[in-house]
Amino acid sequence: MKNICQKVYLAVIFIFLYVPIAALVVLSFNESKYMSSWGGFTLKWYENLLNSDIILSALQNTLIIALISAFTATVIGTAACLGINNMQKLPRTIVMGITNIPMLNADIVTGISLMLCFMAFGFTLSMQTVILAHITFNIPYVILSVMPRIKQLEPSIYEAALDLGASRPYAFVKIVLPDIMPGILSGFLLAFTMSLDDFIITHFTKGAGINTISTLVYSELRKGIKPNLYALSTIMFAAVLLLLIIMNLPKKQKS
Amino acid sequence: MRKQLAAGPYLLWMTGFIVIPLLLVLYYGLTNEAGAFTLENVLNITEPQRLAALGRSLKLSLICTGICLLLSYPLAMILKGMSKAGRSGLMIFIFILPMWMNALLRTMAWQVILNRNGLLNTLLSTLGLPTVNIINTNTAIVFGMVYNYLPFMVLPLYNVMVKINDDVIDAASDLGATWLQTFIHVLLPLSVPGIISGITMVFVPALTTFVISDILGGGMILLIGNVINQEFTFTANWNLGSGLSLILMIFILFSMFLIAKYDKEGNGTAI
Repeated sequence: MKNICQKVYLAVIFIFLYVPIAALVVLSFNESKYMSSWGGFTLKWYENLLNSDIILSALQNTLIIALISAFTATVIGTAACLGINNMQKLPRTIVMGITNIPMLNADIVTGISLMLCFMAFGFTLSMQTVILAHITFNIPYVILSVMPRIKQLEPSIYEAALDLGASRPYAFVKIVLPDIMPGILSGFLLAFTMSLDDFIITHFTKGAGINTISTLVYSELRKGIKPNLYALSTIMFAAVLLLLIIMNLPKKQKS
Repeated sequence: MRKQLAAGPYLLWMTGFIVIPLLLVLYYGLTNEAGAFTLENVLNITEPQRLAALGRSLKLSLICTGICLLLSYPLAMILKGMSKAGRSGLMIFIFILPMWMNALLRTMAWQVILNRNGLLNTLLSTLGLPTVNIINTNTAIVFGMVYNYLPFMVLPLYNVMVKINDDVIDAASDLGATWLQTFIHVLLPLSVPGIISGITMVFVPALTTFVISDILGGGMILLIGNVINQEFTFTANWNLGSGLSLILMIFILFSMFLIAKYDKEGNGTAI
């Protein structure tokens, strides 16, 4: 009985989460422009999407911003973890407190604060300012992922390597880095995800004429839904699903 | 000493892009266009229209947070009872997959469903039932909020719940506690940190959103986020926009205080 209840409950949650996505997938193949009637199967919205320079360049911008910002945030964040871990208690508490701000703060406040900062210091809002903003809100996620790994490090192993004649950089690469690598990777992935999904901060820090997928969808939606957005949703969903399946396959085989 | 230098670049970054920007919001919020000190921008919130927007934001975000908590708690309990592989697989579908799909497209999906000629009404009229008018109402916005923020409630609850030792629960029932007593006296108190972080992780974005109300409210329902967005993007009144943001910061600071008090291990944001 309890088991059935649980399954029903899970099913309801899944329906709630996935029916909207399924609706978009079905509508992306709909010949008719209207969502209430089925006009037959078509791939024309996909064709329309692939011929749209605006959407393709937004997709490109989204990926470039996510890659550059996640990578930079991972480097700065990982180095920061090493440094913070060696600080006295008081400065460490202050730094970690400030690090929490972008994660807990509302995106709208982070967005306008960065915009005010860029404008006040004479930056022109552009793709660069978006990347700077994304690095800023990504670093805390990297620190969050890497810090627990660094705390678990056994300092004596690193010291042993030094005693045995390893240079500091060599001991770092051979001893410390492999231990914290899972944290670094998940930090990068988390940062990449946050950057891909961001709308509000990009909205406030982007220059005119530059769009990511999020900002493009926002401005399109204000004019009304176009069916090629269904096609875009379907492609994004399929890509994510495929990626997740690939990422999880080797793990399952092991167990 | 040398090792601390590794944090140097981040400390500079943090100062330049976290601390200074927030101080600028404070500066703009508390000055007028000539740069003189004023409380006018902050007190602007007392205008009836602004107050109504703030009130509506508070109401909708509280409803959304409540629904998310009620939906997520049983879910986290079910996940706790599952095998490790099973629950991590489910978490991917509940948390990661929806997160990786663009939030705006996910919100658009609800517009497609709830529209006057949308899927829900088409379904209802095919079944011969009366149609409903949900789009551009508070209900539509709550739907969108719950859909977008549910994962943020599930995650911290799940993180706390899987760490609760099963032996503790078994001990309670061995000692004669009923299921309800075990729940109230053991499970609930132990999951408080997760509940608190879940609440703040849902409440803050729900309180401050302007996207969901734009897409599902048809631009007719203004939340406090919409008001602030308008001050920055249309009227370009930075001082007023910053002043109103300071009001939001009060709520955010309060939730940060709650997190610091209850969530010492950082369960809320850990993935």
